[in-house]
Amino acid sequence: MSTGTPVDGSPEHANVVLGAPEIARALTRIAHEILERNKGGDDVVLLGIPTRGLPLARRLAARLADVEPGLDPAALAGSLDVTMYRDDLAHQPTRTIGATDIPGDGLDGRVVVLVDDVLYSGRTIRAALDAISDLGRPRAVQLAALVDRGHRELPIRADYVGKNLPTATTERVRVLLAETDGRDAVLIEGGTR
Amino acid sequence: MRHLLSAADLDVRDAVRILDTAGQMAATQAREIKKLPTLRGRTVVNLFFEDSTRTRISFETAAKRLSADVINFSAKGSSVSKGESLKDTALTLQAMGADAVVIRHQASGAPHTLAHAGWTSGAVVNAGDGTHQHPTQALLDAYTLRRHLVGDGGRGDVTGQDLAGLRVAIVGDVLHSRVARSNVQLLHTLGAHVTLVAPPTLVPVGVEAWPARVSYHLDEVLADDKPDAVMMLRVQRERMSSAGGGFFPSPLEYTRGYGLDARRIAALPEHAVVLHPGPMNRGLEISADAADSPRAVIVEQVANGVAVRMAVLYLLLAGESSPAPTTKVDA
Repeated sequence: MSTGTPVDGSPEHANVVLGAPEIARALTRIAHEILERNKGGDDVVLLGIPTRGLPLARRLAARLADVEPGLDPAALAGSLDVTMYRDDLAHQPTRTIGATDIPGDGLDGRVVVLVDDVLYSGRTIRAALDAISDLGRPRAVQLAALVDRGHRELPIRADYVGKNLPTATTERVRVLLAETDGRDAVLIEGGTR
Repeated sequence: MRHLLSAADLDVRDAVRILDTAGQMAATQAREIKKLPTLRGRTVVNLFFEDSTRTRISFETAAKRLSADVINFSAKGSSVSKGESLKDTALTLQAMGADAVVIRHQASGAPHTLAHAGWTSGAVVNAGDGTHQHPTQALLDAYTLRRHLVGDGGRGDVTGQDLAGLRVAIVGDVLHSRVARSNVQLLHTLGAHVTLVAPPTLVPVGVEAWPARVSYHLDEVLADDKPDAVMMLRVQRERMSSAGGGFFPSPLEYTRGYGLDARRIAALPEHAVVLHPGPMNRGLEISADAADSPRAVIVEQVANGVAVRMAVLYLLLAGESSPAPTTKVDA
């Protein structure tokens, strides 16, 4: 689940687990893994889950296009808002609905790679799977997460992980990205670390 | 936001948020599968004391597209016609577990009473009360205006934008119109300049306090103001005769003074749009030419109405489960 809170810039009690170079390396590695596993990027669609999955999907698309020059990064990345498919809407303050933007010729027959910043309970991904099934019928759906912090509540697992980060449930994982927060970093806050 | 009773309850942030959410809802309505699971398990009651097929169907469609269960309750042929009070009806709905009540009532203020008397814990949405308010109509009009007139004539992304600087003329029976009242407030909140155009007999007392200019001459307003949008109001035919109050001498005279026809459409700026809340009296407040002209966005208003009502139901119902009613129900 994305931590999704606005950044107040008070990282006093925060541990920086990944800095900008580590994030860049992780994304490059994931891009290569995606290409290897799918034997090229021709059928791949990267769907970022707002807010922070979206810039990650765009960065991955740019890296895929770097490796395979025939690919158009703009036609590779889209965004998938899952707010209306969540099962916890009644337990949280009302969420703002983001945009869903499917690139190119839709999802039918393609390989969809869902991209999110933090993989936690798995409920966001479950909602994303529901959302995808309303949009089309992909050949396969894969999952890329920058950070996997554990504590899954559903039988869901990522295909591509930037960093496995064992955490306590009392801790908070925050992903900062240059596009939304001005800098790249992954922080752990709170808990007894 | 717990209820939506009046356009005056919305500040510019709330209003823009509803319009933005409506934009995302509209995007889902272009898909093959239009139904979303968002409000599964919630119950929306359409409580209509006054006939209004199109508003009821619009709310019903909106609720169903969000997977809510919908109960339609029409006063005609129900126990209300046998004398049951609003309170008893509300208590019945509460007992049946209504999460939201969409109410249309001929008495101004009935939705307010329903929301604040503690008879129901659900959210209350005003779907038109007497001559008072019709906030979702104003929202769908604002949504339609924003789509066509803001952000490079509807080609750019309008998320987060209001209607600052737009000039809107609202023409017709302002006196009896809840659509006019709601629109004046909402359009003012969103930064638009409103001019009301009506015969003197159809201008309400106290209109000076409204955030709008008043004119009695449609042609002058069209020539001098160059409005970006003209919103025609429905004229009830029965109000024209002396038996109905004698608000104007004859239909022909009204049409000459305040009807929108091809000549007046031609006087509008190139980009201007024409709105009408429906149902139209063709040949009275709007000519067939005007109603069918490319400037008229009247059919689109209907589609936008579903998206706006989806947004309102989502924002009222999707959040944390509503707290218990403030006043104890003492049956």
